[in-house]
Amino acid sequence: MQSILHFITINQPIIYTVILMIFVGIEIIEKVPSVLHTPLMSGANAIHGVVIIGAIIVMGKAEPDNYLALALGFIAVVLGTLNVVGGFVVTDRMLEMFKKKKK
Amino acid sequence: MNQDLLTICYLLGSITFIIGLKMLSNPATARKGNLLAAAGMTIAILGTIFLYKDVETGYLNNYAWIFAGLIIGAIIGTLAAKKVKMTAMPEMVSLFNGMGGACAALISIVEFNHLSKELISNPNPLFIPHEQPTVFIIVVGLIIGSVSFAGSMIAWGKLNGKVKDFSFKGQNILNLFLLALAILSAVYLVMNPLQHNLLYVILVLSLIYGIFFVMPIGGADMPVVISLLNSFTGVAAACGGFLYNNKVMLTGGILVGAAGTLLTILMCKAMNRSLKNVLIGSFGGNAQTSATGPVSQGLYKEISLSDTAMIMSYATKVMIVPGYGLAVAQAQHACHELEKILTEKGVEVKYAIHPVAGRMPGHMNVLLAEADVSYDNLLEMEKANDEFPTTDVVFILGANDVVNPAAKNDPTSPIYGMPILDVELAKTIVVNKRSMKPGYAGIENELFFKPKTSMLFGDAKKVLQDLCIEIKSV
Repeated sequence: MQSILHFITINQPIIYTVILMIFVGIEIIEKVPSVLHTPLMSGANAIHGVVIIGAIIVMGKAEPDNYLALALGFIAVVLGTLNVVGGFVVTDRMLEMFKKKKK
Repeated sequence: MNQDLLTICYLLGSITFIIGLKMLSNPATARKGNLLAAAGMTIAILGTIFLYKDVETGYLNNYAWIFAGLIIGAIIGTLAAKKVKMTAMPEMVSLFNGMGGACAALISIVEFNHLSKELISNPNPLFIPHEQPTVFIIVVGLIIGSVSFAGSMIAWGKLNGKVKDFSFKGQNILNLFLLALAILSAVYLVMNPLQHNLLYVILVLSLIYGIFFVMPIGGADMPVVISLLNSFTGVAAACGGFLYNNKVMLTGGILVGAAGTLLTILMCKAMNRSLKNVLIGSFGGNAQTSATGPVSQGLYKEISLSDTAMIMSYATKVMIVPGYGLAVAQAQHACHELEKILTEKGVEVKYAIHPVAGRMPGHMNVLLAEADVSYDNLLEMEKANDEFPTTDVVFILGANDVVNPAAKNDPTSPIYGMPILDVELAKTIVVNKRSMKPGYAGIENELFFKPKTSMLFGDAKKVLQDLCIEIKSV
């Protein structure tokens, strides 16, 4: 029990960040009109593509002889970029439809 | 200095994610919000490439590989996103979501490999307990990322018709067993990090679980599942954030994890079904037909094209109720033609859009927008229901369950409780379908047999085109 409490104290900043982000996420979504559900889902999809930063770090730290890290890292970067770029472009296309009529 | 700049980059990224997502929840600001988040993401990525410094290995290497990967991904991603048909958008969301999940899983694999080597080579016995939290984060990221990847791929297949619904008795128990096995293996691995091959067992178990998790769920429920998998990938990204103590990955990941979860719940509410029901209960449409089977509840009236043209031309107000059938027939342009011709004759034409009409929320809006239908003519369900009492003719185009009164009257119906469009309040109802076959829910629609309702059979596109010709000559 004590070690759990101690763990919380040591990791205070991250725990606060997590809790606050959860509240922010919930607050933002509360009043979404149902017509925007799909574009919002697509936008959120693009945002979690931020995982690509981890892939870049993996690739960047890989030693020249670590073929596994290089190969997997490369694939991870490609996949992450697909998530980010594909995600934002798809969301933009969905929203194009709303732009012309509703300024 | 560079580390301070990197902090600013990550801070900007986090802020744009929050504001961007907020702007995405309002039609007026949605597009800019998307661009804002994209800009923040770009800053965070570029900052990482040039400014990130690891304590042991220094600045990042392998720039050629990194940029090659970024360029390849960007080209493929842009082409795929731009070329695909509007109606294929939800499956693209699922596809890209899967890519993100796979990325998270791969990161976990590489980092675990790296950590394994260190654990084996480091003789200090205190090193293992010190690294256990890291192993835990890596494994959690692996499980969630893999489940999300596998599930998203199946969802993608389902939406483009390549994957059929598949379920067998006891599947729920098998699924839970697989999940329990994966979790237990994960716990064991955290306790004994030197058993590194166990990681691949966990990977395979998670992938299989992801597949079986989504397999039995029907196509119309896919958007809910995709939204859930979306939030999973967000959590997987957050795990990466914990791993590298990277604030922008953490914020982005948790934000999407929380927002995605709430969005999933909202989508379920719009269908008036619980999430549990969506994930575990089969809708009863394909696997098992409803208890009574297709039984005609009496006689229905047919109406001819010329009569329909007549009542529409002399109506004061016509409400069109579009549904999945309209999308299937690709009749949205013909529909807009009808609207224009009627409006020229002085008839007020509006569209009643049910939140779950079609195969995803907003499906009908996108479909009609593609045909240049003005956004102002689309009415949300509540507003539409207010206008039905003053409507002369309701024209139902390929919609079925969303206008089925059983949702209000029949507690045994699978759609009971779902809010519907109250088309019965109007003076006349004309229903266009190809035949009397049931809709997605697999149940009869008592609306078709009511006295005010007439059936206009035929393919929506042809019917609409012929209707336009008839109306012009009225």
